Amino acid sequence: MSGYIVKRLIAMVPVLFGLTVIVFTIMALIPGDPALAILGSYGTAENIAKLNRDLGLDKPLIQQYLIWLGNLLSGDLGRSYTLNRPVLDEVLERFHATLILAGVSLVLCSLFGLLAGIVSAVRQFGWADRVITFLVLIGISMPSFWLGLLLILGFAVNLKWLPASGMYAIYGGGDIADLLSHLLLPSVTLAVVATGVIARLTRASMLEVLRQDYIRTARAKGVSERRVIYRHAFKAALVSVIPVIGIQAGLVLGGAVYIETVFQWPGIGRMLVKAISTRDILLVQGGVLVVAASYVVFNLIADVVQHLLDPRLKS
Amino acid sequence: MKCLLSKAKHFSAAALAVLALTFAANQSLAQTPPNVLVVGQIAEPKSLDPQAVTAVNDFRILMNVYDGLVRYKNGTLEVEPALAKSWTISDDGTVYSFKLRDGIKFHDGTKLTAEAVKFNFDRMLDDKHPYYDTGPFPLSFFFSAVDTVTAKDELTVEFKLKEPYAPFLSNLAYPTGLIVSPSAVKKHGKEFGRNPSGTGAFKFAEWESNAKLVVTRNDDYWDGAPELEAVVFRPITDGNTRVAEMLSGGIDMMVEVPPDSVASFSDNAAYKLYEQAGPHVWFLILNAKEGPFADKRVRQAANYAIDKKALVENVLQGTAEVAAGPTPPAFSWAYNNNLQPYPYDPAKAKELIKAAGADGAEVTFYVTEGGSGMLDPIPMGAAIQADLAKVGLNVKIETYEWNTFLGKVNPGLEGKADMAEMAWMTNDPDTLPYLALRTGAWPDKKGFNSGYYSNPEVDKLLESARSSTDQAERAKLYKKMQVIVQEDAPWVFVANWKQNAVTSSAVKNFALEPSFFLMLHKTAKP
Repeated sequence: MSGYIVKRLIAMVPVLFGLTVIVFTIMALIPGDPALAILGSYGTAENIAKLNRDLGLDKPLIQQYLIWLGNLLSGDLGRSYTLNRPVLDEVLERFHATLILAGVSLVLCSLFGLLAGIVSAVRQFGWADRVITFLVLIGISMPSFWLGLLLILGFAVNLKWLPASGMYAIYGGGDIADLLSHLLLPSVTLAVVATGVIARLTRASMLEVLRQDYIRTARAKGVSERRVIYRHAFKAALVSVIPVIGIQAGLVLGGAVYIETVFQWPGIGRMLVKAISTRDILLVQGGVLVVAASYVVFNLIADVVQHLLDPRLKS
Repeated sequence: MKCLLSKAKHFSAAALAVLALTFAANQSLAQTPPNVLVVGQIAEPKSLDPQAVTAVNDFRILMNVYDGLVRYKNGTLEVEPALAKSWTISDDGTVYSFKLRDGIKFHDGTKLTAEAVKFNFDRMLDDKHPYYDTGPFPLSFFFSAVDTVTAKDELTVEFKLKEPYAPFLSNLAYPTGLIVSPSAVKKHGKEFGRNPSGTGAFKFAEWESNAKLVVTRNDDYWDGAPELEAVVFRPITDGNTRVAEMLSGGIDMMVEVPPDSVASFSDNAAYKLYEQAGPHVWFLILNAKEGPFADKRVRQAANYAIDKKALVENVLQGTAEVAAGPTPPAFSWAYNNNLQPYPYDPAKAKELIKAAGADGAEVTFYVTEGGSGMLDPIPMGAAIQADLAKVGLNVKIETYEWNTFLGKVNPGLEGKADMAEMAWMTNDPDTLPYLALRTGAWPDKKGFNSGYYSNPEVDKLLESARSSTDQAERAKLYKKMQVIVQEDAPWVFVANWKQNAVTSSAVKNFALEPSFFLMLHKTAKP
């Protein structure tokens, strides 16, 4: 198993390397340059040329990339020209915030998704199944940023129970209760779609498993219904759900872009959107690198868990 | 099966418990402390180094932490003394000598001297200066007319200009001219922007990235200590979220209220809405070199055909006023009050277009998706297209993201398009016409005259206005220029943006400035 993990991690390196080349090239190819983004309507050819010189952007592209790569190897991701601070500091701070949000959302959507899927499958065509299927359909179809705004309107503006935005209170906050109160609305919003997807998949997967012969055998043997569902059926169904949870982890990271904007969560998604529109190449590179690496790692974790659960894959 | 459902019940019970906990923790949620003003800003600031930034969002903080040699008088765009208590200008307009106030200290305790002022300008303008690398300084060209800065004695500083340049004083009042502490720059180097030190009404206290930036009262402020103990600037980029924070009591003041939400605040006694027209113009550049708009009659027709009042009232929902000419009325001393906007007159427009033989002409129109000062560019573009269609111009819209858009428009419209949206916000009535209406400002001469307008008389007026140091004389020249430009119609003059802000009713002594800066020195929130 550890050999497998090491192999997967090594395979990550060329993927990430290729990614940096692609991001660098795309950022160089899209029209408009950082100096123009900074100067806006003051961007005369003369002012742009001078600012590019001061920013070190007048060098040939390949040289810029090699300088960046060289610095990367020594742990330096460069300096963001829109934020005027080291990229690494910004990316780590932002990624930390995103991990908290995405992590909690992932826990929420896995818990509720699996649970809803199981109930739905066990009570197929019963009222619980109908209600859950209906809710899941709404969850999957609802644009999450819109749901976010509705939740803000309901819980922050009208009821004034929860804060509308941010990660910590501006005054007197900073503890775990403060974080939780800020986290609740965005993580629920972010989890809704993924919960729906996982619930549907779990339901389908459970239904398939429940029709298998060995389930009938187990029941015939007099195994308790609880044991049949959790030990026999759910464990088998989970094997096909786990990789999807891995993929959902990536999607949750991606979905964080909208949610972070609506809730002003200081995460990496919002940072990337701004960095792209201001042509902050180094910040985009740093951000994409971290997001891509975590995506790969999430999938790796999902694969490992699947290996552990599925005896067929163990050999 | 039962146990499954009871599990679900356990879950919801746990979830409810978490909810209850978090609500309990936030009983005092909707309260901001007295004497502390929490401001909802539109973005995370870039830096608190006034020479390194370009965005109004940063200026709103900077103007409270630093002072310049001069500043805009409250409610106007006219300069008055600040760190300099007086100044003299040589007759030829090339030597400015400033006398500094005595006894002013930077927040780091060092003294404001003529040498400190010299350090500021040398750092920005001399690429061999040891602290030039603490930049870049994108707007340093505001001071490109400066030849040398000399400290004549401890409190006298002299600027020698390469040529007479009348906007110099206004530029000193702009954030790029704010004075920073040299010892703080030397101490923090490239990190000065996160460890700022100025002479302003508030001292920098804390900056937590993407969450808040706090400044506290400067009790020794030379112009009287401010009322507020502290100001907290919170970056809230999404307009709707900013509104929600205002409504839920998380902030005391918000800037740039989305047009859709203005009414909900103006009708509510718990809030106060502020509006102030600024030095902003929203216009359409017309390609005067080729195509239908090469004919002055068609350019005028476009001005008649577009219903600016409808644009301002319906699309912009009253957040702007109809523009009459190239100079915004906020420059009250230089604005020609006799100028009336082109009336909405489609019949006259049709007539002019017929006379010019441009009926049914194809027109390519560059529209941007957004951008600094562009207001609501896509709906505005669509409304303009419809207005022009009514008078027989067949407009084809091409939409681009802001940076791409600038990359297409700034090099000139020739061979690509007939008209383009544009907006400018400036600090002197010289800036926009000088950079965008002179013959010497055509794109091939590194200017912004992307529509190739040329009128030798306008060129002459602008050159003489720039070299005169007499404000009354300059005003006369600008007023004359506005009449000629309006008649020539190189642009369609559309709107002047009104900046807006909302505060809770607890906030006192606040007013928006025509400069669009946020001045909190006198503001109180008991």
